[in-house]
Amino acid sequence: MKLYNLIKIAISAIRRNSLRSFLTMLGIVIGVAAVIAMLAIGQGSNASIRSTISSMGTNLINIMPASQNRGGVHQGRSSSPTLVVEDVDFLKNNSTLIDAVSPELDGSGQVIYGSNNWPTTIYSGNEDYPFIKKYEVETGRMYTTQEIKTAAKVCLVGQTVIENIFTEDEDPIGQTIRFNNIPFKIIGTLKEKGNNTFGQDQDDMVLAPYTTVMKRLYRQTHLRAIVISAKSEDLITETSAEITELMRLSHKLNDSEDDDFEIRTQEELISNFGSISEMMLVLLGSISAISLLVGGIGIMNIMYVSVTERTREIGLRLAIGGKGKDILRQFLFEAIIISIIGGIIGVGLGILASTLIESILSWPTLITMDSILLSFLFCSFIGIFFGWYPARKASLLEPIDALRHE
Amino acid sequence: MEKGIILEIKNLYKTYYIGEETVRALQDVNLSITKGEFVAIMGTSGSGKSTLLNILGCLDKPTEGDYWLDGKNVKSMKKNQLAEIRNTKLGFVFQSYNLLPRTTALENVELPLLYNPSIGSKLRREKAEEALISVGLKDRMKHLSNQMSGGQQQRVAIARSIVNDPVIILADEATGNLDTRTSYEIMSLFQELNENGITIGFVTHEPEIASFTTRNVKFRDGRIVSDVATAKKISAKEALLKLPDENLILESHIIPENLN
Repeated sequence: MKLYNLIKIAISAIRRNSLRSFLTMLGIVIGVAAVIAMLAIGQGSNASIRSTISSMGTNLINIMPASQNRGGVHQGRSSSPTLVVEDVDFLKNNSTLIDAVSPELDGSGQVIYGSNNWPTTIYSGNEDYPFIKKYEVETGRMYTTQEIKTAAKVCLVGQTVIENIFTEDEDPIGQTIRFNNIPFKIIGTLKEKGNNTFGQDQDDMVLAPYTTVMKRLYRQTHLRAIVISAKSEDLITETSAEITELMRLSHKLNDSEDDDFEIRTQEELISNFGSISEMMLVLLGSISAISLLVGGIGIMNIMYVSVTERTREIGLRLAIGGKGKDILRQFLFEAIIISIIGGIIGVGLGILASTLIESILSWPTLITMDSILLSFLFCSFIGIFFGWYPARKASLLEPIDALRHE
Repeated sequence: MEKGIILEIKNLYKTYYIGEETVRALQDVNLSITKGEFVAIMGTSGSGKSTLLNILGCLDKPTEGDYWLDGKNVKSMKKNQLAEIRNTKLGFVFQSYNLLPRTTALENVELPLLYNPSIGSKLRREKAEEALISVGLKDRMKHLSNQMSGGQQQRVAIARSIVNDPVIILADEATGNLDTRTSYEIMSLFQELNENGITIGFVTHEPEIASFTTRNVKFRDGRIVSDVATAKKISAKEALLKLPDENLILESHIIPENLN
């Protein structure tokens, strides 16, 4: 039988049974759309949880000065003057696993603006510091390399500080505040970050160039810490090992000497992160399995019923000279046409539903190509298979039995 | 095979096994049909007449015996070959019409030709139109099958059965779902087709209907009990004229009711 005739027959059969075709297609549309929407919600939550954890800095590495032993007395860690700016440059120039590195100095003090004052902490670093510590500029700008070089008295302020020393209608940018009696001009504000895992308010801070803090505020030459962001969370151990090696080189320590620094990673956080990721993966897997199953069963039923219902029609077609394979191919074509059109509409509807869920319920959703392909291919396959299977059964019947089918 | 014989069966048996029971539907049946005959196959239900028709129509296979159709032995044919035989050599008319619903008369009649790869779309359309004209449905080609009366539907089915120029049309109780008047109309159409040279095998249990044919084959318990030429063939057209006028009957029923 000619392919053209076959397609003609299939299309006219779909049109003739327009309600049934529509309902069958609806089964596939809903199946595909439900799977895509479910996966979008699941993956959206997963991505949002991952980014929340990630914002705590899972790839963050701190280098602290080691406590030094002077004449049998262990000295306070922060007083150790072992970390210097040269170490930062040395790491930056020689490491292969570091993404960004910055000196860090901090200290607490009182910030004063007009008649208002607020106890806060000043943090400082180079131009990569906000990237490493996951701070983002809300308004205004970050300080420049030039400003770091000249130890300019500029700063960015956190939301808690803004709330406590400015009134609501005041624009902090351009204002000058005093921190421990040193005037700083505000050039930007920081995006709200909330509390960290230890309950510390991460918005209660002032951010300034490390040179300014080092030279003008504390008049010291050593750093309190060096902060590093590793290229990948998975390479934290390797990165730590490389840093240790480079720091020993930089400090010209021989083999008999202990490290005069200490490396700290967010191991706890990383292992938590790992287990949460794993949990989300299992959750996502079960969501998709269940929604595929439900969608699949729906499609299966309607396909099976709609083909079985047409056994008499199959009998007629056999009686007037249709061959078994013609019948089978006709139903296969019908199933393919319905499944593919239904699948495409389903993908559209699924994306629309996810977008609506995101905008109305403000749930995070994430649609991936994988979930679209998975649901489309799976539902189409089920649709085609369960269109083909009963048609095959019917096409193998003796024509007279198919004609007599009730 | 004798000249003019288009269909011949010899020593045909058909046996069904339903559970432990053995049903001998046909026993040692011999029959031949010559071109141009209008054969009524008669009998009560269960006599084997429908089983024979299904075998003649290559819809069912005999348990034993030979069957030649248009010079070919059908018995040894495979499923696909049988489908081709049905497609090119046979026409079917069923009791319940078996038209595709929500499909125009024209498309229904075209259907058998769609399964024939040697017929192009232009020829298919022409032949289907021709067939519909010959059954008197020239004005209803584009009507949907489910919006037609029973008689009209059966006419579409008859057009479908002749569209492939079959060697024989096989009709199974083709008037069974129709009232007397419409039955006669359909029989008159069959007679007309027969007069134009089409061979017809017609299964029925109504002797009245059988009297419109040229030959009566009677079945009882799976065997042929008589095979005779119709004593006096009646013209269905004339019989139609003798029927009481429907409108008169209707009026005579309505008037008394209105008076009450």
